[in-house]
Amino acid sequence: MSPVIELRNVSFSYGGAPVLDHVDLAVDEREFLGIVGPNAGGKSTLLKLILGLLRPRQGQIRVLGGAPAETRHQLGYVAQHPGFARDFPISVRQVVELGLLGRGPRSGRLAGLLPGRPGRAERARVDRALHEVEVDNLAGRQIGSLSGGQLQRVLLARALVAQPRILLLDEPTANVDQRAESEIFDLLRRLNARMTILVVSHDIAFVSRYVTRVACINRTLICHPTTAIDAGLIQELYGEHVRMVAHDHPHGH
Amino acid sequence: MANMCAWWRTIIHTGTDMGEFFQALLHYQFLQLALLAGLLASIGCGVMGPYVVVKRIAFIAGGIAHSVLGGIGVALFLGTDPLAGALLAAVIAALLIGGVRLYGRAHEDTLIGALWAIGMAVGILFISRVPGYQADLVSYLFGNILLVPTRDLWLMGGLDAILLLVVGLWHRQILAVVFDEEQARLRGLPVTFLYLLLLVLIALTVVLLIHLVGLIMVLALLTLPAAIAGQYVHSLTRMMWIATLLNLFLSTLGLAMSYTPNLPPGPAIVLLTGLAYVLSTVLTRGRRPT
Repeated sequence: MSPVIELRNVSFSYGGAPVLDHVDLAVDEREFLGIVGPNAGGKSTLLKLILGLLRPRQGQIRVLGGAPAETRHQLGYVAQHPGFARDFPISVRQVVELGLLGRGPRSGRLAGLLPGRPGRAERARVDRALHEVEVDNLAGRQIGSLSGGQLQRVLLARALVAQPRILLLDEPTANVDQRAESEIFDLLRRLNARMTILVVSHDIAFVSRYVTRVACINRTLICHPTTAIDAGLIQELYGEHVRMVAHDHPHGH
Repeated sequence: MANMCAWWRTIIHTGTDMGEFFQALLHYQFLQLALLAGLLASIGCGVMGPYVVVKRIAFIAGGIAHSVLGGIGVALFLGTDPLAGALLAAVIAALLIGGVRLYGRAHEDTLIGALWAIGMAVGILFISRVPGYQADLVSYLFGNILLVPTRDLWLMGGLDAILLLVVGLWHRQILAVVFDEEQARLRGLPVTFLYLLLLVLIALTVVLLIHLVGLIMVLALLTLPAAIAGQYVHSLTRMMWIATLLNLFLSTLGLAMSYTPNLPPGPAIVLLTGLAYVLSTVLTRGRRPT
């Protein structure tokens, strides 16, 4: 079976020093991949290359057998920093409905311009997505009134409503408390039963409990099975002494 | 006590002035046309204002508005319809600013500032070469709703029809771009087209407002009623309804209050709108979305 995401010898820079240097990566279907590494190590850049929002300076990227820009409508993405103001006048249901717009697997380039309001089937999809991330009761709320954890779930619902084959999340628990972090990762583990998931995280110890493989990125990329993550490896990755804090979560796995 | 008396006198005077205005409205066609122009302008800026406010692109709208004078000046110099010149300049400015914002490496705010100043300079230079048009310059800058030609009312009606049709068809798509451009692009929406379309619609609205308040004060009517609406409702569609009604109310009130003392209606409308915004902001301070 060919990988759903494949990077071959990919390099990228924003104009100065390379952010990614000769990166190779293959992600199989239904894999749950954790991407960890220091700040400015290239984690978010890697996701944006896979999404086709950036183009590599060198190398080749294939996603679901095609160029990233052509297949990205089959990907769901939750960004680290949402691209909207928290006081935007929009309800949770409207935000999730916006995830329905655009191209479907069988629709053409102009499908996004088809006028009209969501029909009964589309509204049912929105209900299912809200239910799946357990925020049905927030549908009528304004996004500005949500907590960090609630907002992340809503953004996850917006990604899920388009029924993606691959889900990419950039630090989805950066602004949430420890309990909400565990709940979100439990949810991701359930979603992994039907889709491939790539998640960027700072917390290598925590993420290792959930993912099947860890990609350590600091300009170059090395993959490890989760069982191989230890203090020596983390220190090698971050390039300096890293203080390890043992922390167990109530839902420890 | 003396203050109270002064207040009551002002209110009674204002009431008398308003009565005089509404009596005159029944007799004078120019006032009826002015009211109609106010209604047409209110629809356009009521619909587009909320997009400008929530997308936080008032500076872009200001740049488009001021570059319009260049088009008016060139049109007057060439002896063609000034509103057609305004329309062309507004659309070109919108596409230029949008293009730089989406693709350019130049600083967007520098370009807007340049268009703002260069548009005004070109307009004033060309108008200065047209004999007898100095009075027109003032009315384009500050508006003159009492002198709207019937032909321009048709144009305003046509612009409103275009705005309502496009927004009616593609509101969800425009909302997606206004809310979160990156996600809209990932969903395969034509973000470049929709963003430029939004700026062109704003350009059309600017032209709609020229007769009402003039291009210098366009920003006030484009942003303040929508901002007031946003203090009370939390949906873009409801903001559009409230902003339209507010625009209509404030433009009619400004027209009525300026009639008897023979004041220019444009500044009166803008001043009332500003006061309404300040009052509403004070009244709604500390409210949180639910």
